[in-house]
Amino acid sequence: MDLSRLHRISDWEWRLDPEGEMRVPAVLYGDQCLIAEMDDKVLEQISNVACLPGIVDAAYTMPDAHWGYGFPIGGVAAFDPDLGGVVSAGGVGFDISCGVRNLLTGLKRQDLEPCKEALAHSLSRAIPAGVGSTGKIVLDESEMDRMLEGGADWAIGQGYGRAEDLDRIEERGCIPGARPEAVSHRARHRQREEMGTLGSGNHYLEVQEVTAITDDRVAAVFGLARGDVAVSIHCGSRGLGYQIGTEFLREMALAAPAHGITLPDLELACAPIRSDIGGRYLGAMRAGINCALANRQILTHLARREFAYFFPETSLPVLFDVSHNICKEEEHEIAGERRRLFVHRKGATRAFGANHPSLPDAFATTGQPVFIGGSMGTPSAIMVGPAERPERAFASSFHGAGRRLSRHQALKHWHGRQVVDELRGRGIIIKSPSMRGGAEEAPGAYKDSTAVVEAAHLAGLSRKVATLEPVICIKG
Amino acid sequence: MRRGAVRSMTKPTQRSPVEPRAELFPHGADVGVRGIGPTRDAAFEQAAFALTSAVTDPTRIALREVVDVTCEAPEDTYLLLDWLNALIYEMAVRRLVFGRFAVAIEGNRLRGRAWGEPVDRARQMPAVEPKGATLTALKVSVRDDGAWVAQCIVDV
Repeated sequence: MDLSRLHRISDWEWRLDPEGEMRVPAVLYGDQCLIAEMDDKVLEQISNVACLPGIVDAAYTMPDAHWGYGFPIGGVAAFDPDLGGVVSAGGVGFDISCGVRNLLTGLKRQDLEPCKEALAHSLSRAIPAGVGSTGKIVLDESEMDRMLEGGADWAIGQGYGRAEDLDRIEERGCIPGARPEAVSHRARHRQREEMGTLGSGNHYLEVQEVTAITDDRVAAVFGLARGDVAVSIHCGSRGLGYQIGTEFLREMALAAPAHGITLPDLELACAPIRSDIGGRYLGAMRAGINCALANRQILTHLARREFAYFFPETSLPVLFDVSHNICKEEEHEIAGERRRLFVHRKGATRAFGANHPSLPDAFATTGQPVFIGGSMGTPSAIMVGPAERPERAFASSFHGAGRRLSRHQALKHWHGRQVVDELRGRGIIIKSPSMRGGAEEAPGAYKDSTAVVEAAHLAGLSRKVATLEPVICIKG
Repeated sequence: MRRGAVRSMTKPTQRSPVEPRAELFPHGADVGVRGIGPTRDAAFEQAAFALTSAVTDPTRIALREVVDVTCEAPEDTYLLLDWLNALIYEMAVRRLVFGRFAVAIEGNRLRGRAWGEPVDRARQMPAVEPKGATLTALKVSVRDDGAWVAQCIVDV
């Protein structure tokens, strides 16, 4: 990226003043090295976001920002309905409410070793993953409606989990305002056999070891200690979310001129929040969020069952569950005024700081856990919301380091078997139905998240707490 | 065969020197699909072939089942979007992969046929599940050499 176009606000914050049709500045977080390495497309895309109606304050990118479609991945923007603000299907993306749930096990790495192979085998059989996989739960129309309204709460009512899990899930597992009737027949059909499935690509269920603690106080509140074993689940709303995104993206792009919206990039397809299509999309997207929360809840249940066979004393409590592809109505302070805004986070994680009223009591003194996904051979991180409020970038942080090589390039560099064998040599067991998928997801195809974690920490977006290394990875 | 090209199912016509072909092009975490052909129909067929090649090797797919789709859209770009999304939908709900395609476009209406078989993970090793065709890099155009190009980024 050409740094000469940006003003350096601090070592970790860069700003592009409004130019052309931009209504607000673009603010980019990251050190000089990270910003310089970003694709020029990131600046082009976030500048386009800054042109959308009703945008407030600034359009932000996280330190891991990379070329997306419409929004950059790692992009954050908020819109005010009172100013003609929009909701963008492109700004949320296809994988509605894709996110990460982390489970504590109470086990140490040495507890795991004697049965690591068997546990990996059992998890790979129990967790439906990969192209063409189906879950054991098939929903009829009325049950689908209840799931779309109830989210993780619905799943727990069906026996997939415990009531206390809800205390540790964003929105207590069920976002209000879902409109099942706004979800098409095709979206429902696509989801019918996909409840409790992981998906493919970069989605995973990973057993991890906590290898470093950076903040002892916060780690103690989170229940993390060095050597602990945790489980991380990364997936979203599956076919239902994909189909909602597909349908509304098209409808919003075609309807934009009628709403007087000139799209700088078609993929930024959006509609006024206070319009028929905007309202229908919000209702359908929220149903998609509930679907994702129900899905991660079912996967939690499946993982617990397998762990219980090997470790009957474990209960795998939820540390937290938070999404990183989402639009949510939140209250934020802008120039000293509290305003209700529709915050889009595309590949960005909500990061509420300490004492935020929306957080569970357990995190009142620390702030919210923020999960940073690694690849199957590189570390993940657990961070926490900033110590001071108001938080930056509408209380957002990043979600992962992003790819270094495209899937196509990765296939030229690695073979799936080679990747699996190399990781096994490092003590990491990979279970994937697709060797080609293993090659495309090779750790070398991803950037190292260490520099991005450091940048987010120093920029005040979120604070470092713990580093986790993969032990078993179930991939789609 | 060009770098990134995959085997074509459509034979070139005698009147055109353009060889139908399908290509993948890189895009961050996702993938671009591109079909090139002597006609718009052929380019759409090849774009679908590229879509399959993002998932698996199309040459490993037996042509045992047939699915028909129809789409209607106000312009060619949206017709391509709808065609690819219709295939993605059929792949998802029928658990199929497709290895051959036929397209006939009249006005703003597309009639398409796809041949394939159920997903066989051991044999086909499907890598990713397409989530949806995007409006990014979406293009249907005619090049100077007369070749039709149909392309977009697919979220996987």
